Amino acid sequence: MKVILQNLTKTFPARGKKASADVTAVDNFSFEIPDGKLIGLLGPSGCGKSTTLSLICGLQKPTSGKIFFGEDDVTDLPPENRGVGMVFQNYALYPHLTVLGNITFPLENLRGKDKMSREQMNAKAKEVAALVQIENLLDRKPSELSGGQQQRVAIARALVKMPRVLLLDEPLSNLDARLRLQTREEIRRIQNETGITTVFVTHDQDEAMSISDMIVVMKSGVVQQIGAPQAVYNDPANLFVAKFLGTPPINVFDGTVRDGTLYIGDAAVLSAPGIKDGEVTVGVRPEGFIPDGNGALVCRQNRVEVMGRDVSVIASHPACRTESGVIRAIISAESDISAVADTVSFSLKPNKVFLFDREMEERIPCKLS
Amino acid sequence: MEKNNAKAWLYLLPAILFLGVFMVYPLIDVFIYSFEEGYNSASQTYFGIGTYNYSYVLHDPYFLQAVKNTFILVVITVPLSTGLALLISVGLSSIKKLRNLFQTVYFLPYVTNTLAVGLVFMVLFKKTAYTDGLANLILSIFNAGPIDFIDGPYWAKMFVLCFYTVWVVMPFKILILTSALASVNQDYYNAARVDGTSRFRMFYKITLPMISPMLFYLVITGFIGAFKAYSDAVALFGTNLNAAEMNTIVGYVYDMLYGDSGGYPSYASAAAILLFAIVLTITTINLLVSRKHVHY
Amino acid sequence: MDNKQTYEVIERRARRRTTVRNVIVYLFLGLWALMVLFPFYWMVLTSFKDYGSYNAEYIPKFYTLSPTLQNYADAFTTVDLAQYFLNTLIFTVITTALMLVVIIPAAFAFARLNFRGKNLLFTLFLALMMIPNELVIITNYTTVTNLDLRNTFAGLILPSVASVFYLYLLKENFAQIPDELYYAAKVDGTSDLRYLWKVMMPICRPTIVTVTILKVIECWNSYVWPRLVTDDPAYYLVSNGIQEIRENGFGRENIPAMMAAVVVISVPLVVLFLLFRKKIMAGVARGGTKG
Repeated sequence: MKVILQNLTKTFPARGKKASADVTAVDNFSFEIPDGKLIGLLGPSGCGKSTTLSLICGLQKPTSGKIFFGEDDVTDLPPENRGVGMVFQNYALYPHLTVLGNITFPLENLRGKDKMSREQMNAKAKEVAALVQIENLLDRKPSELSGGQQQRVAIARALVKMPRVLLLDEPLSNLDARLRLQTREEIRRIQNETGITTVFVTHDQDEAMSISDMIVVMKSGVVQQIGAPQAVYNDPANLFVAKFLGTPPINVFDGTVRDGTLYIGDAAVLSAPGIKDGEVTVGVRPEGFIPDGNGALVCRQNRVEVMGRDVSVIASHPACRTESGVIRAIISAESDISAVADTVSFSLKPNKVFLFDREMEERIPCKLS
Repeated sequence: MEKNNAKAWLYLLPAILFLGVFMVYPLIDVFIYSFEEGYNSASQTYFGIGTYNYSYVLHDPYFLQAVKNTFILVVITVPLSTGLALLISVGLSSIKKLRNLFQTVYFLPYVTNTLAVGLVFMVLFKKTAYTDGLANLILSIFNAGPIDFIDGPYWAKMFVLCFYTVWVVMPFKILILTSALASVNQDYYNAARVDGTSRFRMFYKITLPMISPMLFYLVITGFIGAFKAYSDAVALFGTNLNAAEMNTIVGYVYDMLYGDSGGYPSYASAAAILLFAIVLTITTINLLVSRKHVHY
Repeated sequence: MDNKQTYEVIERRARRRTTVRNVIVYLFLGLWALMVLFPFYWMVLTSFKDYGSYNAEYIPKFYTLSPTLQNYADAFTTVDLAQYFLNTLIFTVITTALMLVVIIPAAFAFARLNFRGKNLLFTLFLALMMIPNELVIITNYTTVTNLDLRNTFAGLILPSVASVFYLYLLKENFAQIPDELYYAAKVDGTSDLRYLWKVMMPICRPTIVTVTILKVIECWNSYVWPRLVTDDPAYYLVSNGIQEIRENGFGRENIPAMMAAVVVISVPLVVLFLLFRKKIMAGVARGGTKG
């Protein structure tokens, strides 16, 4: 099922006695989610991603704009008539019901021609339980399950009535690190097997990048960029997206363009043909540094962290504007780098360097070399 | 950690003194009283030990009347007030506007003097030579009455007593149930809505099980409270409850102790212990039932 | 197209259902609010009605065109309402203060200090919570009578001081304060009493306030015990005063004067409630029962 969001806007009336401006949680969001894809809504907390999910689900109504499921306009439809399945952040499993009771709960709501017999329900529940691999837990109460198992039950409950769209709100945030890796593979697998259009919300870019077919990066209610994870990473639309994606985060410098050349401090690092002279902000991915004795960018070397497969060089430079104040370069472990040197020189990989407008922080399109 | 015995006991001394003199000693004493036959409070002498006091109380028509009244009161008011409070709380938690105002209003009876407001109820329901009273005015709309609810037939008096009791106990129940309802995670309802659960089924399958511990708490405290009903009855019918046929078990205890028919602490003790036994039994039954039905 | 129409029907039906439900809910809640408020309205209204005109109303009127304060004057002159008021105030203040003095150190000892027999003693205290007042009041009545304390404040107050439930509430709250705070204070050479006064009580202020308010309400409305131990009107509390008014005062028929007295008696607690609405409701939700 294709899901179309058309100029979706949601404002909340200002809270409190002092009349302040209304809060716009989602601002003019348009996006066509292709059928059968896994979409990650990504952004820092308060960016409007959860509100967007609620709007798709129908728990909240948009202030303006429209939502279509396929050809159907569902904008004003209550959630129960939309055919969506939702997994809540805290799972919202009914504590007084067994796992089986929880999974069959949505089926018991069916009325009229859809009404199912108890056997049909149980059969259906077992089928879904097998899909998420919890067949042996059906008689337990939610309190007797681990976090990962509860998550599976919640997914099973959302899937059991074969929703047209599956929504997951921060599905991994309540799990520990190891389970998180395992569960996200699991979500990917389940989505592949069922082919249900799935939207999930997360603040963890790693999570979104690793399993999504497409990601939507949001900030303060406004969509920043939509695209395949790797494409967004390789080609960020603005400084926010560049900073938000990637671990370790991108390194930011104050830079200048003069006569078709990009300078960081006094060092001419790359040629930037066709860019007009002026101050820019330069983003360099950690893997964009090449240790090079003749490299133009000379930094003070703070320390070297060996991490097995590769090596992190922690350095500092007067033009560096990264929040942590230091440059983190990731280089291959084979590189010849002295751990005790005071300075380190880098040359830069042009495709790992992005230029942004100093004021607007928008990406300046250019071909560096 | 070191033991500071002496100091600890010093801190505890006032509490132990007060509780010892006014709770522990009386507790033991009341049992002794109840078995001392023919106790005379003036000379503080008695004839012998036995169960005569109990048998006297159990054969006293006033006591039987009081037991009957109390049971009727309990059986009517506990389910009625709990059910009504549940309805009101559910209504309250489903609205946003005026919610605080309603909550404040509903709580008012809790902070008012039972005796004082009881007097107002008496005025509302009483039929006098001058006026039939407001309740009868309403009845007359339906072509019924007039009935004297205060000095009239038994069932009319019982109606007013139940009515006033419910009015008095509602604030506490509404308060407890609204906070119980508020503590149910909103996500359960959202999840249920997404699954197309009907309102009624949401209430029956989610809300009720989730607040069942609080509901049973209210039923148990409601039973205990209703069994100890007394001042509501006094407020409505005056201190001579036996004459009004509206006495309660607690009222009987106090009447035996003091007042026109008073001066019999032994009978009072026996009646009080009988009351305690009844309450204990009912509470135990309640707890056993609740263990079966209250989830988690 | 077909789909679109069914969707519109569903939407319309859902909206209509919400509206109908809201109307019913507000009607129902409003009705109960009326039930609660009406007695109060009636009591205030009647208290302003002239005695003569009240008795002339065979069909009670819902308003009065000639309000009078005469009833309030009567309430204070015919019966000794001011005296009842003063008595209740004295009774409430001293009982509540004494209770705090008794239960705070005890709660401290249970929560903080270690001594032989602590668990046994605390279990005994808890067991006392289940004992109904009706059971112990008989002996207390005899005790007070024998000590010749009837019709004295001592007789009124002393048996009303102890309150196991509030002690329990306070102890639970004290116990939540982390041990580290106590050890830190000990290292600094703070005495137990100073620690209780300077650290524990400020931290647990909300609970202490709650307990105080609940006890004040309880005292202000207490009826049974005062009735047992006082028969001299000089020691009546407001509840007994009301009962006395009902049985003897004003001549039994002066309802407006009675209502004026009832208004005067109800006002202090209603004002207290409106001032501390949130605290009182939170406190009652945590540990109050009526009766």
